[in-house]
Amino acid sequence: MMPDLGKYADVVLSSYAVSILLIVALVGVSIWRARRIKAELDRVETRGIRRG
Amino acid sequence: MIALLTRDLRLGVRAGGGFGLGLAFFLIVTVLVPFSIGPESALLARIAPGILWLGALLACLLSLDRILTLDWEDGSLDLLATAPLPMEGIVSIKALAHWITTGLPLVLVAPALGVLLNLPGPGYLWVTVSLLLGTPALSVIGTFGAALTVGIKRGGLLLSLLVLPLYVPTLIFGAEVARRGAAGLEVVTPLTLLAGITFGVIALLPFASAAVLRINLR
Amino acid sequence: MASIWEYANPVKFIRTTDRVLPWLSAAAVVTLLVGLVWGFFFTPDDYRQGSTVKIIYLHVPAALMAINAWLMMLVASLIWIVRRHHVSALAARAAAPVGAVMTVIALVTGALWGQPMWGTWWEWDPRLTSFLILFLFYLGYMALWAAIEDDDTAADLTSILCLVGSVFAILSRYAVNFWNQGLHQGASVMRAGALAGDTEERVSNIFAVPLFVSMAGFALLFIALVFLRTQTEIRARRTRALMARERMG
Repeated sequence: MMPDLGKYADVVLSSYAVSILLIVALVGVSIWRARRIKAELDRVETRGIRRG
Repeated sequence: MIALLTRDLRLGVRAGGGFGLGLAFFLIVTVLVPFSIGPESALLARIAPGILWLGALLACLLSLDRILTLDWEDGSLDLLATAPLPMEGIVSIKALAHWITTGLPLVLVAPALGVLLNLPGPGYLWVTVSLLLGTPALSVIGTFGAALTVGIKRGGLLLSLLVLPLYVPTLIFGAEVARRGAAGLEVVTPLTLLAGITFGVIALLPFASAAVLRINLR
Repeated sequence: MASIWEYANPVKFIRTTDRVLPWLSAAAVVTLLVGLVWGFFFTPDDYRQGSTVKIIYLHVPAALMAINAWLMMLVASLIWIVRRHHVSALAARAAAPVGAVMTVIALVTGALWGQPMWGTWWEWDPRLTSFLILFLFYLGYMALWAAIEDDDTAADLTSILCLVGSVFAILSRYAVNFWNQGLHQGASVMRAGALAGDTEERVSNIFAVPLFVSMAGFALLFIALVFLRTQTEIRARRTRALMARERMG
């Protein structure tokens, strides 16, 4: 399954590892922040409605 | 306009205006370089043009927040904005005052500091010429950065972060002129490009600085 | 009749992107996976560069998106300055971190690729240097957004910075080109860099097809992320406005 990467295996694998890690982190942070802000807005909005 | 210029110059030269600080900083940076890389004179001679340019650039950077912050804090910037002078004129005068109090002295002491770094003979002329041509651009670009960050408390570090990337083309061409000049090579091409950047920046960037300042004064 | 300006309405923007986002995200994930898996497992090694050629499926799309993200920010900033649609300004803000991460990926994979090919992690090659400068521009842009409290002032100032920054980024590109030639007269080490740049001409079909899939994957991922993050910025802005109103009354 794993292709033979020869003597450059370290370089190729670490490129993929670093890039995928960065992309996953970026996506993760974006989704986490989206959820948090959405919940916060919902809270503030319902509070506003209840009060007046 | 002349009145504004003389006022800014007088404020800049007066004690607390930081007139000498930029020069002292330039001197200290130049003195520290041999300490950090060793006293070997051939090596120093090779990097002298670049070090002088970098030192001048950093000294210039340090004094940028003085261009507008003081006037912003005591409210005289609001007064200036209501004056009949267009905002573009105000920022240009501010940049000019900054250049006369900071850039010009740096240009004048650069050859003296060149002695400390064992600058080769033809280098003196070209370091001076390139700094004379390049420092106005540093002042004008710096005024843009100062206008961007004027409303931010403790914006000094942010100012550096914003301005330094904008300094890249000026630094590259200016240092290239100095380096080629010191090595006795042809300097016309980088010199023209440096002049192009300086004049382009002087002609166009005040409009952006004025727009930014108007937004900040809203 | 549906003009693009309708999406300048934040509510409409959120409603539409909410409907599109699941499909877009799925498409992005699938395309990205196909491109990278194809590139990683099912392409032959280059006769000269060995298996390092596989880095191209990350390096080139990331570099492409690093530049396109800045272009998108430039267009969004212009729209904000001319037509003053808040969504546009917030979209520019949302795109900046994505662009910065893409720049980092391009730089890191470039360095890793450069190590075996040029024998050094970092070469002051014009292309690499320009990307480093681009990264600095992203940092400054994001720092300025973060530093200003008033939303409209921040949007105005950052969009002007984006315009001025674009001009200086192009100037730096030419300056860096000039500067490096000034150092190495007629250096030919950089041919490997040229291969990464001019993919269409130099890379044969076996490598090109998965590369294009991968590029499409990165582009879709970028769009999906910008949609999501713009939604977040719109909501954050609304939250701030509501809280401010609560404090007032």
